[in-house]
This record gives sequence, structure tokens and C-alpha cells, in this order.
Amino acid sequence: MHYPSSLRKSIAIARKDLRVYYGKGPVVIFGILLPFFFFFSFLIGRNMPPLSLISGLGGMAIWFTATSISPVIAPMETRTRTLERLVSMPISVSEMLMGDILASMAVGAVLSTIPISIIGAILNLNLVHFFPLALGIVMASFCFSAIGVLMSALPTDTPSDVMMLALLIKFPVVFVSGVFIPAGNLPGWGRLISRFSPLTYFVKLVRVSFGGTGQLWVNLGILALFAIFSLLLAVFVHKRTLPKRL
Amino acid sequence: MSAIESRKLVKEFDGLRAVDEVSFRVEEGEIFGFLGPNGAGKTTTTRMITGVIKPNSGTATIEGIDVVQNPTAAKEKIGIAPEEANAYLDLTARGNMNLAGEIYGVPGSQLRNKVDDLLAAFGLLDRSDSKVKGFSKGMKQRLILAMALINDPGILFLDEPTAGLDVESQRLIKDRIKELNEEGKTIFLTTHDIAEADRLCDRVAVINRGKIAAIDSPERLKTTIKSTQSVLVSFSSKNFQPEDLRVLEGVEEIEKEGDKWRLYGPEPGKIIEEVVNFARDEGGEILSLNTTGPSLEETFTHLTKNQN
Repeated sequence: MHYPSSLRKSIAIARKDLRVYYGKGPVVIFGILLPFFFFFSFLIGRNMPPLSLISGLGGMAIWFTATSISPVIAPMETRTRTLERLVSMPISVSEMLMGDILASMAVGAVLSTIPISIIGAILNLNLVHFFPLALGIVMASFCFSAIGVLMSALPTDTPSDVMMLALLIKFPVVFVSGVFIPAGNLPGWGRLISRFSPLTYFVKLVRVSFGGTGQLWVNLGILALFAIFSLLLAVFVHKRTLPKRL
Repeated sequence: MSAIESRKLVKEFDGLRAVDEVSFRVEEGEIFGFLGPNGAGKTTTTRMITGVIKPNSGTATIEGIDVVQNPTAAKEKIGIAPEEANAYLDLTARGNMNLAGEIYGVPGSQLRNKVDDLLAAFGLLDRSDSKVKGFSKGMKQRLILAMALINDPGILFLDEPTAGLDVESQRLIKDRIKELNEEGKTIFLTTHDIAEADRLCDRVAVINRGKIAAIDSPERLKTTIKSTQSVLVSFSSKNFQPEDLRVLEGVEEIEKEGDKWRLYGPEPGKIIEEVVNFARDEGGEILSLNTTGPSLEETFTHLTKNQN
């Protein structure tokens, strides 16, 4: 990639995505309403500790918003033949995907900051580590958006195919990442699986940021490694599947 | 250096060869027509040359830049209006133009003026802030063409630019193609419309079953079909029989068309001489005499039929 022209191209793609896709129903339904009701249906009738509440809700919000639209952009563009238009222009696959990730990251970061701030204020929680939490939200949004883009590598022009795959991945990840039950309280096999979920590290990061115990920078570092790995894997897989879309 | 060069391009899909060692050159400033029946390999060849898909073998260059090795640099030299491509329906015309401009690296300070100029040239300025979903097919096609010109490319690839459009849009696009060529742009025109290719193109290539069947200027291609060159003659005073005319030197076939006779042969000039002598000798008066060559459509049919 050649900077800053590459960045300019990616930002142009991100702006396009925000205008075209992020005002649509799936963002509101799958990104905001579904995690909200999902979480509160679990919460009601239980006496959850405030730290579990804020880390769980924050994790749900960022996971679902950052992966709400990113998986379906590629199949939608394949179907509407706008992908062909993009591919015929001087932009690389990595620049295109980076644009999709940036848009998704922006939406994920903003829409997860809101519930974290509101719940933090309602529960009167003390934000001990502001900067690491802000960095963590950005990092996690990037990482989860890259995972969403990776899901979209399925060479199909039917968004519902990818949505189905996305749901099969998104819900199990929530259950093994300490969203409802702290990862440390999971059975042995659950603890093992939770280590391979990047959401686990974001949930831990939120807990620590609000005064819980844990290793702040280790969680942030692992999240960064997941983000880089997800990006590289998404670019690699998309380069292989793109010709099947054209 | 040629503007576009294709050297032995090959593309296979599931073991089937869709494009088979296609080679040609397009010189700077030409309007080059690329004709062929459906499924002949036109769009696949164009996609390979423009770097949209990779060939299995062979090379293509744009102004000397290898499209496979350096697709981004090659794409910066060209503008493309693909047939199977759309603008974003949920963006405005200006939004689509801005997106193209930013990807092509048009400086922000010039972009607004450039977008306005191009939208005006294609009759879309008054709809610049309307979403494309409300546009007619002709307006969408004009927008795609305007987007292809955002980087002021030296080479323009147009895939079926007038297919299915209303007369007004067709005329506007054809006029713009001529103007762009007069400004010095090389135009690679893929089309089904043979009359359009005949009127616009300096040279045409005919592709059939993935192979190039012929490349030449439209007029020279027409002369390659000797059998369909003919002389159309009508006489006023005498009713001649077919056998009277069939004996004339150079006439290979004869057809009656109303009150006229069509005499086919490879040398129309020779046939005219014979007809004039025949009329003088037999006391007939020639009312009309025309030579007619094959149309590009007949040539196209002949070339593609011979390969099937």
C-alpha cells in the first residue's frame, strides 16, 4: 500500500459504506436492539455485579455493532454489481477492505461507547483507566470489524447466506467470552475456548478499566494481535475469493 | 508504444477456454471496436485487459504498463464504463462522482469543478444532488461514463455504452465518444451494435468462440467478403432473362429484386463495364446502376458463421 493515497482511498470507501449501508435496518436490529434485549433478558431476575453488567453489555454492544454490516457489504456489492465498478478502479483489495473495516469500526466504537457511558453513569462506576479503555474500544472495534469482513469472504451474492454464517459464529462467541458469566467461572473446556475469542479480552479490559482485577495491557496487547491477525486473514481470503464474485 | 496491447491472452473457466490466445494492438487516438456474438469472449477479454480479472496466461499492457504485474498503475491510465456495473443507487450522482474522484486520486481542490463539468457535459448537473435510485437507465449510463472520465484518462474502455438506451441518451453518448476521440483519447468500444461500430470505429476486431476472427478497418473488412459485393442495375426498355446476364464476365450469381437485377461478383468494376457493353449491344437503356458492398453486419455474420 502507498500512503497517504491508500488511506485516502480507504477513507473514501468508508464514507461510502457509512452513507449507503449504515442507515439501514440491520444495523439497528442486529447492532443495537438485539444485543440490548438479549442482554436484558439474561439480566432480569438475577443479581449481577455492576462490573459484570458493564463489561458484559459493553462486550455485547461492540461485538454486535462492529459485526452488524461488515459481513454483508461484499455480497451486497456483488449482487448490485457495484463491486465490478470498484474493482475496475485503481484500488487494491486491502484498501477496499480497510475502508469497510474503518466504517464498521467507527460505528462499533460510537455505538458501544454510548451504552458503556450510560451504564457506567447509572451504576456510578469509577472509570479508573480512561485511555486504555478508549484504546481498547477502538482496537476491539477494528478487530471485530475485520472478523466481520472475514465472514464476508464467502463468495456469494446473497447477503442472507453470510448473515446465517455470521449468526452461527456471533452467538457462540458471546457465550464463551465472559459476557454472561465471567470467563474464570466457565468449565474447563469453556475457559480453553474463551482464550481463542478476542471478545474475552475486551470484556476483561472493560472490567479492569472500571476497577476490576486483571492485566490491563496484556488484554490490550492480545486484542491488538487478534486485530492484526484478523485483518491479514481477511485480506488473504478475500484475494482468493474475489475472482469468484466477478 | 501502443496504447493497448494484448498478447496471447487466455482465460479458462472450469476447464473451458473462454478466451484463446487473443492478441491485438490498439494505437493511440484510435476508436477500436470489439465485436462478437454473445459468449464470444468480448467482456472476458476486456476484463483481463482492464485488470478486473487475471488471465491464465498471456499479457496485456496499457501504455506499456503490464496489467497483471501492476494493475493499479495500469488502471490509473484508463477510464472504464463496464456493462455489468452500477453506480451506488443510495448515493447521489455527485456522491458517486466524488467516490470515483477520491479513488483515482483527483486532488480535492479540483474535484468539485471537475465533477460539475462532467455532470454538465452529460446533462446531469441539474440532478447532481439526487439519489441515483431515481435515475432512468440512460441517466445511470451517462453517470457511469462521467465517472469513467473523472481522472481525464488517455484511454477509455466502453462496454456496450448505448445498449438498451433511449434515442436521446444514445445520441448524447455517441456524440461524446466522437468528441472525446477528437480530443485525442483512445477508445476501446465493445459493442453488439454493428452499425454503431461501422460509424464510429477506425478499426474493429471480431472475436468468436474466444478467438480473433479478423482485425481491420470496417471498410477493408467488408471487402474481404468477395461474394457479397454486387452491382444493382435496372433497365428501362427491355425485359432481359437471367441467362442473358449470367453470361457476363465476372458475374458469379444473379438475383432479381423487383425491377432490378443484382449481379454478384468479386470485381464490381469489371461487372459495370460488362453491363454497360451489354446494354449498348442489346439496345437496352440503363436506368440506374449502383455498386453495393456487404454491410459490416454481413461481414460479421460471415466471419462468425465460418468459424461455427
